[in-house]
Amino acid sequence: MPRRTDIQSILVIGSGPIVIGQACEFDYSGTQACRVLKEEGYRVILVNSNPATIMTDPELADATYVEPITPEFVERIIAQERPDAVLATMGGQTALNVAVALAQRGVLEKYGVELIGANIDAITRGEDREAFKRVIESLTDVPGGAPEVARSVICHTVAEVEAAADQLGLPVVLRPSYTLGGVGSGFAHDRDELRRMAQTGLDASPATEVLVEESVLGWKEFELEVMRDRQDNTVIVCSIENLDPMGVHTGDSITVAPALTLTDREYQRLRDIGLAVIRAVGVDTGGCNIQFAVNPVDGRVIVIEMNPRVSRSSALASKATGFPIAKIAAKVAVGYTLDEIRNDITQETPASFEPTLDYVVVKVPRFAFEKFPTAEDTLTTHMKSVGEVMALGRNFTEALGKALRSLEDPRAPFVLHGPVEPDLDHLLATIARPHDGRLGQVVQALRAGATVEQVHAVTAIDPWFLDQLQLLVDLARELETAPDLTVELLRRAKRHGLSDRQIGLIRHLPEAVVRGLRWALGLHPVYKTVDTCAAEFAARTPYHYSTYDEETEVAPRTKPAVLILGSGPNRIGQGIEFDYSCVHAAMVLSEQGYETVMVNCNPETVSTDYDTSDRLYFEPLTEEDVLEVYRAELAAGPVAGVIVQLGGQTPLKLAQALKDAGLPIVGTSPEAINLAEERGAFGQVLKAANLPAPRYGMATGFEEARAIAAEIGYPVLVRPSYVLGGRGMAIVYDDVTLGAYVTEVTVATADNPIMVDKFLDDAVEIDVDALFDGEELYVGGVMEHIEEAGVHSGDSACSLPPITLGEEVIDRIRRSTEAIARGVGVRGLINIQYALAGDTLYVLEANPRASRTVPFVSKATGTQLAKAAALIMLGDSIAALRAQGRLRAVGDGASPRAGGPTAVKEAVMPFNRFRTSDGRSVDVILGPEMKSTGEVMGLDRSFGVAFAKSQAASYGSLPKQGRFFVSVANPDKRHAVFPIMTLATMGFEILATAGTAEVLRRNGIPATTVRKYAEGRGPDGEPTIVDTILDGGVDLIFNTPRGHTAGGQSRQDGYEIRTAAVLRDIPYITTVQGLMAAVQGIVAASREEVGVRSLQSWAEDLR
Amino acid sequence: MNAHQEQQAILVLEDGRTFHGQAYGAIGEAFGEAVFATGMSGYQETLTDPSYRGQVVVQTAPHIGNTGWNDEDDESARIWVAGYVVRDPAPRPSSWRSKRPLEAELVRQGIVGIAGIDTRALTRHLRERGAMRVGLSSVTLDAAALLDQVLASPQMAGANLVGDVTTAQPYVVPPVGGKRFTVVAVDLGIKAMTPTLMARRGIEVHVVPASTPFADIAALQPDGVFFSNGPGDPATADAEVALLREVLAAGIPFFGICFGNQLFGRALGFGTYKLKYGHRGINQPVQDLTTGIVEVTAHNHGFAVDAPRGHDVATPYGVARVSHIDLNDDVVEGLELRRDGRLVGFSVQYHPEAAAGPHDAAYLFDRFTDMMGGHR
Repeated sequence: MPRRTDIQSILVIGSGPIVIGQACEFDYSGTQACRVLKEEGYRVILVNSNPATIMTDPELADATYVEPITPEFVERIIAQERPDAVLATMGGQTALNVAVALAQRGVLEKYGVELIGANIDAITRGEDREAFKRVIESLTDVPGGAPEVARSVICHTVAEVEAAADQLGLPVVLRPSYTLGGVGSGFAHDRDELRRMAQTGLDASPATEVLVEESVLGWKEFELEVMRDRQDNTVIVCSIENLDPMGVHTGDSITVAPALTLTDREYQRLRDIGLAVIRAVGVDTGGCNIQFAVNPVDGRVIVIEMNPRVSRSSALASKATGFPIAKIAAKVAVGYTLDEIRNDITQETPASFEPTLDYVVVKVPRFAFEKFPTAEDTLTTHMKSVGEVMALGRNFTEALGKALRSLEDPRAPFVLHGPVEPDLDHLLATIARPHDGRLGQVVQALRAGATVEQVHAVTAIDPWFLDQLQLLVDLARELETAPDLTVELLRRAKRHGLSDRQIGLIRHLPEAVVRGLRWALGLHPVYKTVDTCAAEFAARTPYHYSTYDEETEVAPRTKPAVLILGSGPNRIGQGIEFDYSCVHAAMVLSEQGYETVMVNCNPETVSTDYDTSDRLYFEPLTEEDVLEVYRAELAAGPVAGVIVQLGGQTPLKLAQALKDAGLPIVGTSPEAINLAEERGAFGQVLKAANLPAPRYGMATGFEEARAIAAEIGYPVLVRPSYVLGGRGMAIVYDDVTLGAYVTEVTVATADNPIMVDKFLDDAVEIDVDALFDGEELYVGGVMEHIEEAGVHSGDSACSLPPITLGEEVIDRIRRSTEAIARGVGVRGLINIQYALAGDTLYVLEANPRASRTVPFVSKATGTQLAKAAALIMLGDSIAALRAQGRLRAVGDGASPRAGGPTAVKEAVMPFNRFRTSDGRSVDVILGPEMKSTGEVMGLDRSFGVAFAKSQAASYGSLPKQGRFFVSVANPDKRHAVFPIMTLATMGFEILATAGTAEVLRRNGIPATTVRKYAEGRGPDGEPTIVDTILDGGVDLIFNTPRGHTAGGQSRQDGYEIRTAAVLRDIPYITTVQGLMAAVQGIVAASREEVGVRSLQSWAEDLR
Repeated sequence: MNAHQEQQAILVLEDGRTFHGQAYGAIGEAFGEAVFATGMSGYQETLTDPSYRGQVVVQTAPHIGNTGWNDEDDESARIWVAGYVVRDPAPRPSSWRSKRPLEAELVRQGIVGIAGIDTRALTRHLRERGAMRVGLSSVTLDAAALLDQVLASPQMAGANLVGDVTTAQPYVVPPVGGKRFTVVAVDLGIKAMTPTLMARRGIEVHVVPASTPFADIAALQPDGVFFSNGPGDPATADAEVALLREVLAAGIPFFGICFGNQLFGRALGFGTYKLKYGHRGINQPVQDLTTGIVEVTAHNHGFAVDAPRGHDVATPYGVARVSHIDLNDDVVEGLELRRDGRLVGFSVQYHPEAAAGPHDAAYLFDRFTDMMGGHR
């Protein structure tokens, strides 16, 4: 059947900011969908509040709305654009929830908009557990009988939950309905846990509904990715097996494709059920993901759940198989049948088949518990990982080894050398609890002499996988004891995924010596192709992975290649923003006639879509792996350069080693990078340019640190000398906290000293992204932070153009930026952070690379900086780029523009994902340590509305009226009075703790005094503020931390208030500057009707 | 690792390409036609599929043996492959149904294999150059000597292997539940799942040797006759084709699978030809030309029917037409025969009985019973 001609325009709903459970996999899927729909000639309208996405590039849609993904805003877009159809299956749970809300409010009907992909009934059946259960149990036609679901009871109150647990027997699983990535779900082992989790779950569920379910803890877990078209052609794209058995969220599990421990009969049973489920639930066109539990003792199969949309697993399955699920889902959504769609990779065979793999794919999650030291790190059914890596190999051990080194966590690759922890019982007890790094400890247990049976007994990990780990342990022992490192032994070690470094550690040799020996023996990996068909047909798409096998498939080429090193797994501090820059480089360099070669290992991203670059190497970003890719590409044809400055710290830290090995690093040289990163050298650059920086010193212990602090004066910012995303940073105000930091937070050594910087209180922090070609500087944009200096730039909201900086300051920023770029020797992008204190512009730090804000600046100014940077790196000048129209002909991104919008970036925090070990929320205070996972952009004419939009997009709309609770630390009281008065004047009822209330009353603001948490309930049961918040009696909270503390601790009252706010999802503000911005937003939103406007429309004004 | 794994083995193709690996399964030499199978599951069914008689099977899935060997999944009484080529055999099986490791079973049945070679390189070689003869050895590592033996071994084209695999004695698979039909299944290399699926539909299945005369078949007064899958070149199966013509002439409803489809084609006057490297996998898209629906199907065939698509062909037994094609390469995957507009016989080149493979085409067994029901 050809594509539908009865619809002309389609609204695609994106997934918004990156949060735990919903990451850039939806940029990958949404980008594919937009491309496909545009190619098919539809008018594509897109809404997504996340500016760091490729899908929000203005070329990808006809009208791109960077607006909040809420029913209100999406309705305004529908009213303005009048699309014929809405596609909501590409934007995760966020998009589905909005679609359901629009349907329920009658918006879709009112405007005559059809939901394509999955209809409301299918979404409801997939998501509503009771309906799903009825559907599953009705499938009596499935060969072998109707499938089963776990026995369960739907509950709406805590009492109902308790009754259900009595009936099913503890432990039970609790699953709140309609939540992202399983928020609030988990196992309850006893009654206390049950009651607490029941309340949390009911609160987290928009429907106040929790499913209580029999436990299938420890069963084998499988997933199928299923695809269906409107003729009912249905195929299984991929099977995925979770190495971590049931009990760990699939997003937090190590997973493997294809399924490896099922016979054909068992696999076909899952397949039969999968096909029946997608048909019965009624996903007419598109993909879905179905999860199964299989009892390892008797093979009993339980259907766990299905998602009637593309998902994280479908992104993984697409990368794992070469079958682009989102792209094909978009095509079938507009009427094509699978047999009419060509398989991109073979270009001959149709998409109506099931990919077959001749390799093994392993995905490993990446966690960020170090950012949330109080958070409980046991893995449960509630997802906690912030990113993931994928690796391919020709066997499981090879793929696993590559995946573990892709994580860029030095603790991740297996330790196969050195002494073994002697206490086997302790090791067995440790591995019984699922947690980040458990598999590494499983290996230690095997090294310590545990049997596969013993390990299986405590972990329930399938013995097949454990036996593969045993194989590694045996191999390491052989390596250790072999008299010589023979070519046969070395080859075997490489075939099982051991890195040169691991082999070196086992053999007591430096990594470089192992590599030299390996190369001397002619032992290099070959590169195979992901081709969907196990080589049955020729592949036309060069999507490669390395393996130690015989024959390579890298094709010779004549065009010069540019290698672009990606940014690896998403983590806090390095996420989708860097992938965006890499993708842009690939796009523009391909256009310019280069053969672009992407190297990356993150399956969620657009960069690892085989359509993005001319060649894709799905490889770890380590020195060893990158050197081998380079060697293979050099054998294929000329290499014009290697780009390391777009993928964040990951490629940057390889720069020097790669250059030393002879790789042509283009753009800013590794020496120049070092100049900016090395404190002393950078100080010289600043000195030469006569630019001030905060005073600082380096200490190797407390006494030294105290002496420096005494000299430069408190407060000081302390941090380890090597940081990413502000890890381990703190602001300290006195000797006591300094002492605590030095002893508790970090271990200072001569190799790794502590930096002690003067902290500029009350300074305005400024971020600049700029291009430099050696001659000319082009400022991409100047951003003014809303929070004061001291909040990590990644966590701070910011405004572009800067709201309070004058022309003169901007000129000074421009001149300073140019001096630094010239002094360092930048070719390409540089990001500089300044602090304006009094009238002095201090340089805080400079990063000669693409920054986190490049996509935001690019969207806000309509200028694609990463593309310009890539061209500069390969020799273009800024003058030439101006002439090509890629950069503004006159002026730059900081020049004033009549009619331009104000863009506000707001960071999105993952606090609601974490709990302390006693089940409470972790604190939500912002500081120098970066904690946000993603960002949104609010775009409007005025700052106030733009800020209000940014809040609506990230945390839900700011209230226009209601009860406003304030509790302000002494140093902040003066500045807080005026904004509080503004809200009081607008009719907000002010609640305050005694001290704050008193100050407000003295300023003529009526305030009701409420009891502090520490005071407890009053004699007549008067509630504390925490009770009031929990009862829903507060609409907005302003609470600044009392005093100043290091690390993650804060005083009890503030903590209780903020965690109650997180629990109740009430907007909370923790800085005075944030309050002032919020007030502007509330005022603006109350005064005018907030409109929506596409980037394309804004661009007309900017022209 | 262990001493056995270090025992070397070689694989030599008839064009001289040689791979070095480790011995797997029985120690010895093996010769046959090298073919690759792309299924990711179902090695036990593959190994026991009589259609692989005379073939050295290369598994493209890299891990083989993970679920061991059980007592339920055999498709016949023995392993039929001439030799077995895998990349990473599982040191230890894991399945609640496993009775012993795969390698133990290979050794027990004397099947010579090789492990640890670049199976993808070998597969690509076969894809580009076509299926060809091969030798495996774990007793000699002399490639030149082995090549001489390979070149002296028989070709698959022109091979008549039915006699090797057909049952010596007729046997009956009783219907499950009440008996609705009697079917004579001519065993050309039948897989156990085929009579099982028929029996589940109330068919009493009389499995008979390929050499059974038509009179003996007719004496059973069957409601239908079935020709199974099997190995070898259909062009050599003149006797079986003659038998099938007698069945058709007698107006007995006919169903054929795989080799049975090829013989049906020849009986109707079409030719058959050898595919370059065949279809062996469980992911092949086959389109039913009547409904447009695509089935994901299990395949194991090196030969195919040469019949015109898109128009009917008159034959002495009725009007024949191509009913199914493979969407990957347009190969004929099914035939239909109608007399006076009524279906009297049909066959498919692929495996609706699956085992291993998806169950999408199981409805064809219902079509068989419907056809027989309509003829009463």
